[in-house]
Amino acid sequence: MPAKTQPTPAPEVLQDVKHPMEKYLRMDRLPHIWCSGCGLGTTLSCFTYALDELDLTDADVGVVSGIGCTGRAAGYLNLDSYHTTHGRAIAFATGLAVSSPDKKVVVISGDGDLFAIGGNHFIHAARRNVNMTVFCVNNFNYGMTGGQFGPTTPIGQRGTTAPYGNFENPFNLPYLAASSGAVYVARWTSLDARRVKEAMIEALQRPGFSFVEIVSPCPTNYGRRNRIGDGLDELRYYQEHTVIKHGSDPKHADLGPGREIVVGTFVDQPQPTYLDLYQELVVEKNKFEKPKNLPAKES
Amino acid sequence: MGKRILEGTHFMNGDEACAEGAVAAGCSLFAGYPITPQSEIAERISVRLPQVGGVFIQMEDEISSMAATLGGAWSGVKAMTATSGPGFSLMMENLGLGMMTETPCVLINIQRGGPSTGLPTLVGQGDMMQARWGSHGDYGVIALAPQSPQESFELTIEAFNLSEIYRLPVLVMSDEVVGHMYERVDIDPDKIKIVERKKPSLPPGEFLLYKPGENLVPEGMPAFGDGYKVHVTGLTHDERGYPVINAEAQLEHAVRIKEKIYHNIDDIVRVEELATEDAEVIIVTYGISARTAFGALNMARDKGLKVGMLRLITVWPFPEAIIKKMAERVAGFVVPEINLGQIVLEVERTVCGAAQVRSVPHPGGEIHDPAVIVQAIEEVLANAS
Repeated sequence: MPAKTQPTPAPEVLQDVKHPMEKYLRMDRLPHIWCSGCGLGTTLSCFTYALDELDLTDADVGVVSGIGCTGRAAGYLNLDSYHTTHGRAIAFATGLAVSSPDKKVVVISGDGDLFAIGGNHFIHAARRNVNMTVFCVNNFNYGMTGGQFGPTTPIGQRGTTAPYGNFENPFNLPYLAASSGAVYVARWTSLDARRVKEAMIEALQRPGFSFVEIVSPCPTNYGRRNRIGDGLDELRYYQEHTVIKHGSDPKHADLGPGREIVVGTFVDQPQPTYLDLYQELVVEKNKFEKPKNLPAKES
Repeated sequence: MGKRILEGTHFMNGDEACAEGAVAAGCSLFAGYPITPQSEIAERISVRLPQVGGVFIQMEDEISSMAATLGGAWSGVKAMTATSGPGFSLMMENLGLGMMTETPCVLINIQRGGPSTGLPTLVGQGDMMQARWGSHGDYGVIALAPQSPQESFELTIEAFNLSEIYRLPVLVMSDEVVGHMYERVDIDPDKIKIVERKKPSLPPGEFLLYKPGENLVPEGMPAFGDGYKVHVTGLTHDERGYPVINAEAQLEHAVRIKEKIYHNIDDIVRVEELATEDAEVIIVTYGISARTAFGALNMARDKGLKVGMLRLITVWPFPEAIIKKMAERVAGFVVPEINLGQIVLEVERTVCGAAQVRSVPHPGGEIHDPAVIVQAIEEVLANAS
């Protein structure tokens, strides 16, 4: 029988050390509600490091989220943050973004929120090229409500409402984003924290509708029901199956058991934003005075 | 920059007057979706907002229209949406978010016959209870009912003002006939009073987003990027805006967002009384039904009947005190409305048996025949004697 180990007390020297990203977090709201092994903590950390590298503050960036595990992200960020209704984060963010042209609106939400109940808002915001960055943490199921299958659950995988295995075709999110008109589309797994951060930095710098999918473990629900193991096992699975294919056609980036996890930057193609076109085709064409809240046109 | 207030005398319909009222009030974002008989509001404001530095955005549905309106409001601008019938049902979800997060904005409903697709091009007043109770949970509501294009202009401005004072989405419950009716609209800048959004009086760190003042309304609202790092959530929350999921927080928050309306009811409620001094029967009505009831009032007076009218300009909160007082001295109330009896339930509840209450329902598609209202008045008088 192995000897019982005692928890190691934190060395005294660490007690006064602050996490370098504390400035971006509402420390009075931590600890967060997310499970051990979930990819959401990693995602949130990546976002704060991305903000830090770009030297962005609450004067530049605000966060909108919907409902679900990922929906709680807004509440932990020390920025103007808006935790809206289920599926409506992008719709709310659209109103916020078109009236805040000098700022970047970031939507952080889950696969069910953004692509089931909120799917229509996603494709239309991408089509309009509204200036917002969407980070989707895709954990292949509804975690908050207990592990029901969702719009990204691969065929054959189990959920609490797919007891015999899911038989609905899932969305391929980068393909959906690219075909809806997003100017930047990338996918990484939460294992690749550095690349997630780099993709977030790129997405935040692109004017218009940019999208990053972060494939993430849900050991409590999806992982357990599909015998993937704990969070670490799922990360190991990512390590063994991930293939980087920058610039590849996202049409071929379907996810599912037995398939490779295709990651990388699929789209990086600037297009005029909603407000660029509004300014050019409505305001300037009709010689309306330039409104105060529209940005100077980039030359 | 184009003019926000179109000074002068105009010939316009009620929908257009709503759009002009919004622009005059300072609206800088309209997010909406086409639906009859509301579309003329969107059409007019899509012409006007670019002229005055605002943005018109046509959304993918009414769910997103209401959500984008809230997002616009938190960016710091005045924002509005407008809809009819089925669109009003779709807006209920995010109307609730607006109530929960105490977001100032305006929602106009040009009512048509329902339920479902119902009568897209014809009148109804069947959404009055939905206006009060449409989103889940408890909250207070302010709803105004214009009876003319002139009043559509004025009450849209009033709705924006009330939304800023009491920090909630304010409803303008118009209807197809008022919306499509063309009449004279006088716009006099000297008569227009605009309430601007109150900014926080305390600096970040000291300011609490949902700390109420004496009137139970939060004091000041920072815009996106003002440095306050607000957290705005549809979850039950404390004064900081942080989610708190327990009965104590619910008691404090849910009760306050209802009571902030009822606590200030005397400052909010507006009614118009006509010939009520000697009246034995009072017509209680609103919107287009007040115009037909006015015809009935004159017909009844010509017959020598002592009839008056109480027109509800503010339908919600319901002017209970005024009606309760009237009930002490009249034989009864007659309540014509283009639905199968909605606001009459409030009259009955308020009068509580102290006088007769007579519903004059109409399922919609047209306005009342004033003779039907006169007949109801005569029956109330006959019952009283």
